[in-house]
Amino acid sequence: MTMIFGVPAAAFFGQLLLGLINGAFYALLSLGLAIIFGLLKIINFAHGAQYMLGAFAAYLLLNLLGINYWAALFLAPLIVGIIGALIERYLLRRITHIDHIYGLLLTFGLALIIQGLFTNLFGVSGNRYPVPSELSGGINLGFMFLPFYRGWIVAIAVVVCIAVWFLIEKTKLGGYLRAGTENPALMQAFGINVPLLVTLTYGFGVALAAFAGVLAAPIYSVAPGMGANLLIVVFAVVVIGGMGSIMGAIVTGLAMGIVEGLTKVYYPEASNTVIFLVMIFVLLLRPAGLFGKEA
Amino acid sequence: MAMTETTKARVSAVQESKKAANRRRIMIYLALLAVALIAPFLAYPVFLMKILCFALFACAFNLVLGYTGLLSFGHAAFLATGGYFTGYLLSQHAVTPEVGILVGTLAAIILGTFFGLLSIRRQGIYFAMITLALAQLVFFFYLQADFTGGEDGMQGVPRGYLFGFIDLENNLSMYYFVLAVFLIGFMLIQRTIHSPFGQVLKAIRENEPRATSLGYNVDAYKLVAFVISAGLAGLAGSTKTVVFQLASLNDAHWHMSGEVILMTLVGGVGTLVGPIVGATFVLTLTHQLAQSALGDWVNVILGVVFVACVMAFRAGIVGELQKFAKKNFK
Repeated sequence: MTMIFGVPAAAFFGQLLLGLINGAFYALLSLGLAIIFGLLKIINFAHGAQYMLGAFAAYLLLNLLGINYWAALFLAPLIVGIIGALIERYLLRRITHIDHIYGLLLTFGLALIIQGLFTNLFGVSGNRYPVPSELSGGINLGFMFLPFYRGWIVAIAVVVCIAVWFLIEKTKLGGYLRAGTENPALMQAFGINVPLLVTLTYGFGVALAAFAGVLAAPIYSVAPGMGANLLIVVFAVVVIGGMGSIMGAIVTGLAMGIVEGLTKVYYPEASNTVIFLVMIFVLLLRPAGLFGKEA
Repeated sequence: MAMTETTKARVSAVQESKKAANRRRIMIYLALLAVALIAPFLAYPVFLMKILCFALFACAFNLVLGYTGLLSFGHAAFLATGGYFTGYLLSQHAVTPEVGILVGTLAAIILGTFFGLLSIRRQGIYFAMITLALAQLVFFFYLQADFTGGEDGMQGVPRGYLFGFIDLENNLSMYYFVLAVFLIGFMLIQRTIHSPFGQVLKAIRENEPRATSLGYNVDAYKLVAFVISAGLAGLAGSTKTVVFQLASLNDAHWHMSGEVILMTLVGGVGTLVGPIVGATFVLTLTHQLAQSALGDWVNVILGVVFVACVMAFRAGIVGELQKFAKKNFK
């Protein structure tokens, strides 16, 4: 059997893949957080709850309406994104004029409500969501066994991240978004409907979280608490990367997933704390984050 | 330069009204103290002690949020640290309660220094995220460490004899001890806020670049405030462990950090007695709900209170009352 630094190759690559999958979720979620932060200047504490809503939306669509995974991949982010847009329109917009800390507290309260509601409706234990039949099974690559669905998560997450990067950095709509991040008042003066842009941006960030939730549904159990602890790790990832650049969020997310996966191979006791430790080191050496700009 | 008669009169009028306000404040404090002294004969002492511990915790938290403008999302770590160290010493080394509490507080101070040094490197929203992540690190540490009992927590911690001769198994003596601890903590906060040091903290909260340009070492002030706050949160956690004879993982969970924010927000951020009122309100609410048919809805209702506070009552109960008094009695 091939060994890599004293670990069987199959175990090594297996954990690497798991790390990449986690990294894909970190990347998608921190990307959404970064987009929302860019324009609204708030940290969306409900991001974990909205990720959970995405998974539940897929689960309910399947079990109540018989709508399959592929349709849910579009419908669930759409539904949750609209909920997000409504939250922005009727709650967040009313507190934009005060300290942005209140936006954080408001979304924290919303997260408590959403999570508590789903715990009461569905219990704390998870619900199973089947892997779509097109992606069941897997392939033996010689050095490891690759389940198709896991490969799909990594591939689609990277594609979506790059598409979002392209949308923001290379299109006209993205140009508006970047301009709004720099100077919303001036943009309003140029006749662009900034409040609408803000609503759509928040809805889009939320939809990204819901999309990650749908991707997660078949491999993790669909449970009300699935987003809460994940979100704290994503916060650490955001601090490590800094929220200056879209690409930074994507790269840091994937890299931290891999770091976590490798820690699971070599020192499993530290696997759920390693990202926080990396955060401490980054804060000591580069307080603005790896890709961040000093304010 | 000589003052004109009118300026003199004005100055003395201002001093008079300040004196009157001070007298009023002292009257309110004395009234509250009287209530606290007779309370254990009117209500269940253990619940009152719980309120006092959390009120101290919330007051400590308010020192950083209300008076320095830093939103810490990691104060649960200090509460738990105080609790675990005190619990460990009391059950494994049979020290007297006051020694256990002092060591627990000291542990929280050390942890607070470490948290503070790291987190004040970033401001605003980043500060909240960093403290939250650090507290989660501490949570995982306590989950995996041997001495904490993991998921079960530390149970059956003996209350012991205060100073070696006052039996704390008696709920009444326990209550007055907790009240004394609370008053010491509260007085320390009161003195901190009304000292020149506290004035600088407020200046930082209002306009940090200005405070920097006036020559204040802003980071040092923030760090000291944070460490005091962490130490008092640890003191609250240590005392709570002695009261309930239990140190549990719940205290380290981010949910606890959220709860103390809620208590402070409901009572009134940046007011001295707000956190006490807020802690009483939140604990009474959860206690009543837990016994009613709505027991499963506690978190949802707390979330609704949170949202309502942010949207409509940002000044909190005490803050809104102060506004009301200013509007109608001046």
